[in-house]
Amino acid sequence: MSFEYAPALDGDYPSVDLDILLGRLHQGVPTDAVLHAPEDLRPYECDGLAAYRQVPLAVVLPDSIEQVQHVMRICHQMRVPVVARGAGTGLSGGALPLNQGVLLSLTKFNRILHIDPLNRLARVQTGVRNLAISQAANPHGLYYAPDPSSQIACTIGGNVAENAGGVHCLKYGLTANNILALEVVTMEGERVSLGAEALDAAGYDMLALMTGSEGMLGVIVEVMVKLLPTPQVARVLMASYADVGKAGEAVGEIIAAGIIPGGLEMMDNPAIRAAEDFLHAGYPVEAAAILLCELDGTEEEVSDGIQRVHDILIASGATEVRVSASESERQMFWAGRKNAFPAVGRLSPDYYCIDGTIPRRELPGVLKAIAALSEEFGLRVANVFHAGDGNLHPLILFDANVSGELEKAEQLGARILELCVQVGGTITGEHGVGIEKIHEMCIQFRPLELEQFHAVKAAFDPQRLLNPGKAVPTLARCAEFGAMHVHNGQLPFPELERF
Amino acid sequence: MTLQLCVKAHYFRDASRFLTLYVGSTRAVHDQFGGACRGEILEHELLGNVSYEPTELVITARCGTPLSDLEAALAERDQMLVFEPPHLGVDATVGGTVACGLSGPRRPFAGAVRDTVLGVKLINGQGEALTFGGQVMKNVAGYDLSRVMCGALGTLGVILEASFKVLPKPSIEATRRIESTLPEAIDRMNRWAGQPLPLSAACHDGEALYLRLSGAESAVHAGERKLGGDAVADGQRYWAELREQQHPFFGGDEPLWRLAVRSGAPQPDLPGRWIVDWCGGQRWLRTDAPASRIRAEAQALGGHAQCFRGGDREADVFHPLPDALMGLHRSLKAALDPKGILNPGRLYRDL
Repeated sequence: MSFEYAPALDGDYPSVDLDILLGRLHQGVPTDAVLHAPEDLRPYECDGLAAYRQVPLAVVLPDSIEQVQHVMRICHQMRVPVVARGAGTGLSGGALPLNQGVLLSLTKFNRILHIDPLNRLARVQTGVRNLAISQAANPHGLYYAPDPSSQIACTIGGNVAENAGGVHCLKYGLTANNILALEVVTMEGERVSLGAEALDAAGYDMLALMTGSEGMLGVIVEVMVKLLPTPQVARVLMASYADVGKAGEAVGEIIAAGIIPGGLEMMDNPAIRAAEDFLHAGYPVEAAAILLCELDGTEEEVSDGIQRVHDILIASGATEVRVSASESERQMFWAGRKNAFPAVGRLSPDYYCIDGTIPRRELPGVLKAIAALSEEFGLRVANVFHAGDGNLHPLILFDANVSGELEKAEQLGARILELCVQVGGTITGEHGVGIEKIHEMCIQFRPLELEQFHAVKAAFDPQRLLNPGKAVPTLARCAEFGAMHVHNGQLPFPELERF
Repeated sequence: MTLQLCVKAHYFRDASRFLTLYVGSTRAVHDQFGGACRGEILEHELLGNVSYEPTELVITARCGTPLSDLEAALAERDQMLVFEPPHLGVDATVGGTVACGLSGPRRPFAGAVRDTVLGVKLINGQGEALTFGGQVMKNVAGYDLSRVMCGALGTLGVILEASFKVLPKPSIEATRRIESTLPEAIDRMNRWAGQPLPLSAACHDGEALYLRLSGAESAVHAGERKLGGDAVADGQRYWAELREQQHPFFGGDEPLWRLAVRSGAPQPDLPGRWIVDWCGGQRWLRTDAPASRIRAEAQALGGHAQCFRGGDREADVFHPLPDALMGLHRSLKAALDPKGILNPGRLYRDL
């Protein structure tokens, strides 16, 4: 494993007498809401990034905001780190516990408090599942737009903490663009309201700062989301290409024509084959790449748009273009893409999902470079791509039971992320940094920016008790990483002391 | 002296000297933004679009670039800033647009400045040049300080450069005028906004309800049939005048208040004249009513009130914050501008 919490690098905390901690927690939280027996802690040892595991000191499952405040006050007084967790579906290890910390599980906050159809908003507790919001809004002809692929299970609080995306981001934005207000409990146990039912709030945009802050600034206990009218109709085109570059160009041409699709996804040949073997959705297994382009809106604009996109795809060199004729066919076209991860999972004992973003024009070169890296490391890579917004998900296939393969997969992943930064992109589009990409943060940002992030963190949590070690690396960690990672013959932090 | 050196020099000197950032017409409208600034004026003219890639839907421009230049470059490629920024003068700039955080009539349907900004380069209060965010649509690495700069009125950093997500211009637009009382209009526009219609603006200007449809020709025509009312021949001009506060409502010296409230909220019980824009979310009020009463009404409707023009400029013009939240504002300000040299007095007097 490339990451291990290191007190010397990430921060040290006083050792805590578990009995005293439990006694004080019990003053404000029922006994059965505090877990500390080893067998009870085990289920919380990892999130969706299962390669990293750590059993926490205790797990607390509060069911009211007052209880959360109590837990935070006690932990603040005793200097015990706190890691908040929703459904634990995150892919970057953001909810990985600390062995001397409390894991705060928010799954009991599972109530939809209010759906307001006239104002098109919903107030929900932090542990409500993403999909449950759209289901509750559906009778009013409304839905919640961001749809991360884990939407059946993932919670809205986790979505806010990670600024989750999905396949409709180009048109409808990320979580940050679809929420109005938050209730947050600070590390000191203070309850604060950020944002408003109105479209903006007085003062700084704290809502923006909290979104995507990975549990480092406060604990989200309640979320007010925007609801949108459900589009009247959606239809999908599936285009096959003999050349990946041509598929990439077609994306640019659709956008140049002034069309913003609801979803625009690309899969390369290994991903197409995996999906077809898994689902038999009728995907063209000989194609080098396919594009899935969904248009949504009113009947009139969708039928206009479908014709225009069809012509663009043909002109761009597609070998075949199919249009979904019915809702069930639309679902079928999407099924392969939505199940690409489990489908690829069947090809190999393990897979590792990478999450970089690149300027779209760089796609052909990046895919070529990934193919070369795949060969260099001797590991297969399948690529799925949110083509509309440039978010690339290479899936690296490996076998964790073969000694050294996990490390190789992680190294290959790190190289791909460096490539993303080199071409003007970023190390994470929607999964977050967590612990997974903590070292790549040293490549994305310079020490000055990292120091600014730490100063912002200290403004909310001066003792660094919230989710320590995640999201923003200490300069000491970057220096340590730099010592291991000589890039282009140059250390990234030549001015820093080495430990 | 470069801009960065200038800020640095102030940081290292004693804290009795402050900087006031003015960019373009920010100067003309500056008293909307809090108390008069102390300190010497830092003027800078970093001009030019840095890069524009229409098929990537991203434009990057330096802070002193005239907003009209940036919009002209986009228009050449049939693209636009979706938040429809008000210029409020002839020399609005890109930096000022981000710092002021104001959005036009399209805001409730397409998002605000903060929804569009992808990245910024800035100088913080210690004179350090920093880069946050980037030029790609999806980026969750590090705290989202780019968005935080929107509407921060230059109190957290000197914006040097900003990247925006842009979108294609709609093929056509059409405006309908519908006779309606104000309470009726608020209800109707919110009901329509909950339906799959290509709405892009909704306003009651005290006389009638105006609705704009934008998108594919077929969809806009279908929407027009559904909404009814009368076609407005020069709709574009109507919305531009509303956006630029050139509608007759905005003339005169009476205090101008901006109330941001829950969009479908009933009209607050306050005397005065109203324009209800943003599908009900942004309500302009001309009134002499006391600030405390206006703020209480706005707050009761899920929002806040700003004394935008006129009235008591010595008092805080922005809605006061609860203590805990004000505490976080002070801490955040200190994290970016530890000596408080950037635009002291702006936003909140004792920030």
